[in-house]
Amino acid sequence: MASTIKAVTTTEGVAPFRFSEAGLAECRRLIARYPAEQSKSALLPILHVAQSENDGWLSVYAMDAVAEVLGIQRIEVFEVASFYSMYNLHPVGTYHLEVCRTTPCMLRGADDLMAHLEKRLGIHVGETTKDGMFTLKGVECLGSCGTAPMLQCGAKYHENLTPERADSLIEQLRAENKRQNYTDQ
Amino acid sequence: MARKLLLEHDNKPGIQGLEGYRANGGYRSVEKALKTMGPEAVLEEVKKSGLRGRGGAGFPTGLKWSFMAKPPGVPRYLVVNADESEPGTFKDRYLMERIPHILIEGMITSSFALGANVSYIYIRGEYFYIYRILERAIEEARAAGWLGKNILGSGFDHDIHVQVGAGAYICGEETALLESLEGKRGNPRIKPPFPAVKGLYGCPTVVNNVETIAAVVPIVNDGGEEYAKIGIGKSTGTKLISAGGNINKPGVYEIDLGITCEEFLNSDEWCGGVQGRALKALVPGGSSVPIIPAELYFKTAAGEARLMTYESLSDGGFATGSMLGSGGFYAYNDAQCIVRSTWNHTRFYAHESCGQCSPCREGTGWMEKVLHRIENGEGRLEDIDLLWDIQRKIEGNTICPLGDAAAWPVASAIRHFRDEFEFHVYHPQKVKDPKHFEKTPFVRKPKTVAA
Repeated sequence: MASTIKAVTTTEGVAPFRFSEAGLAECRRLIARYPAEQSKSALLPILHVAQSENDGWLSVYAMDAVAEVLGIQRIEVFEVASFYSMYNLHPVGTYHLEVCRTTPCMLRGADDLMAHLEKRLGIHVGETTKDGMFTLKGVECLGSCGTAPMLQCGAKYHENLTPERADSLIEQLRAENKRQNYTDQ
Repeated sequence: MARKLLLEHDNKPGIQGLEGYRANGGYRSVEKALKTMGPEAVLEEVKKSGLRGRGGAGFPTGLKWSFMAKPPGVPRYLVVNADESEPGTFKDRYLMERIPHILIEGMITSSFALGANVSYIYIRGEYFYIYRILERAIEEARAAGWLGKNILGSGFDHDIHVQVGAGAYICGEETALLESLEGKRGNPRIKPPFPAVKGLYGCPTVVNNVETIAAVVPIVNDGGEEYAKIGIGKSTGTKLISAGGNINKPGVYEIDLGITCEEFLNSDEWCGGVQGRALKALVPGGSSVPIIPAELYFKTAAGEARLMTYESLSDGGFATGSMLGSGGFYAYNDAQCIVRSTWNHTRFYAHESCGQCSPCREGTGWMEKVLHRIENGEGRLEDIDLLWDIQRKIEGNTICPLGDAAAWPVASAIRHFRDEFEFHVYHPQKVKDPKHFEKTPFVRKPKTVAA
């Protein structure tokens, strides 16, 4: 049941990537958490930093930069990036709406929420709106079963969503027009 | 109100910060352990308490700690499993968000007992905002001298780091978690060797759930015997239950182990009863445990009142019981369809299988497809036996318990609700509407219970 969107594994037409100074400082801070010879441990958190600095997805360039920072093989980065569901190996919209669809959410109306969002945004799950603003994704249990149905956008949980609250969230995000990342403080 | 050991102060102002936490008695267990007890005595108290792993397996914590190998000159690690991904479970999230310092306090005290100078929290990536809360709390603790060199002049050094995951249920399995913490794919390791011998970076490691480590705080403060006075038999102490599904008051509740299931579901102190309609079924311990019909939730097959304990919930084995698991509790009202829910469960496991073992990688996908066609009115009668056959061939044939966890929801659904599966085959038109039982609930033949 992998996502229908394929990973973008070419560099054709893809913008090059360099960590910002702040990003590199964050990488160093993360690496310092592990024993000197175990810096690869910082791979997962550093991939999050790279994704946030690359418009919400991991291009080949971004993954290569991570390999360089950690001094590991590029394939070691790709095999990890392709394992975990929070790394996007393809471009996503400004807002990545991740709707929990697992059973406890389903019992409290996740199917209805998803259907509403599909209609409202005019796209199917897994697709991005034509203006590049919203990507809609179905994800597995987010640990928000008591406040279901819900969705995650960046680091924020939007819980107890009714169709009306989902609509006002969409309006609000559209007005702000600012990417939200997991790593946002 | 029932007694609370972990959530006593969850609504106190400022409890998220070190000052507020200290003002409500925080970090006493560190003072007591480091100044007056010594590592062996802490371990003794944990053994006496009867505390069992709160992540789902229920393995005695003191025993797990006593397996920690102690080769000279080799570092030892405590790793806290904050990967909380079992569907239906959100207690650790609540605890870490509200009272992050109780986890840090528990980690210092536990690490002291284990002789670990560094410990890690591995938190699921989706909880990024809690990762930030923990980072701040660790900073506060470090600045105040609760972490660092020679804590309280005891000669014990300790530091805590937090690592964030990136979306993989499998990383809740302790060896997959360690792989992930080492910056690899979350593929579970073959055991033995167990982490207590060869864990993080090949060093002796104990992996414990957030709630387990937090429970060490009251155990050290009040003594293991006091803790063991709560509960029944081998189910001692309090347990956080994440209550969801079709109930009136979803939320995280701290219960004394041993209250009746009936009370937990229907009392206004806890779930407040089932939303609007009749109770159809229940999953008491997270999606991996067997689903049971309403009557078996209230009473065991022998007719005794079912209790919220490890033993009572599993009374009758898989024929008529379930499990306490992680305490991920969700109720189904009679508008819900068991086939749809089972398909949903199975899609989850198919999505989350790491792909190492063929029975799980292939089997979960097959089950998902077969369940999908039954749910959509395209199933055949023999599909039910086919499902049974597949789940039997997954269970016990994989490196880690994800295979079993994928098999049990399917097995229990067929065991207790076979006639509902048959209904889908016989009435394909009626089940085309995804909400097919909303107007006319499906009435089970009572015979199918405990077949």
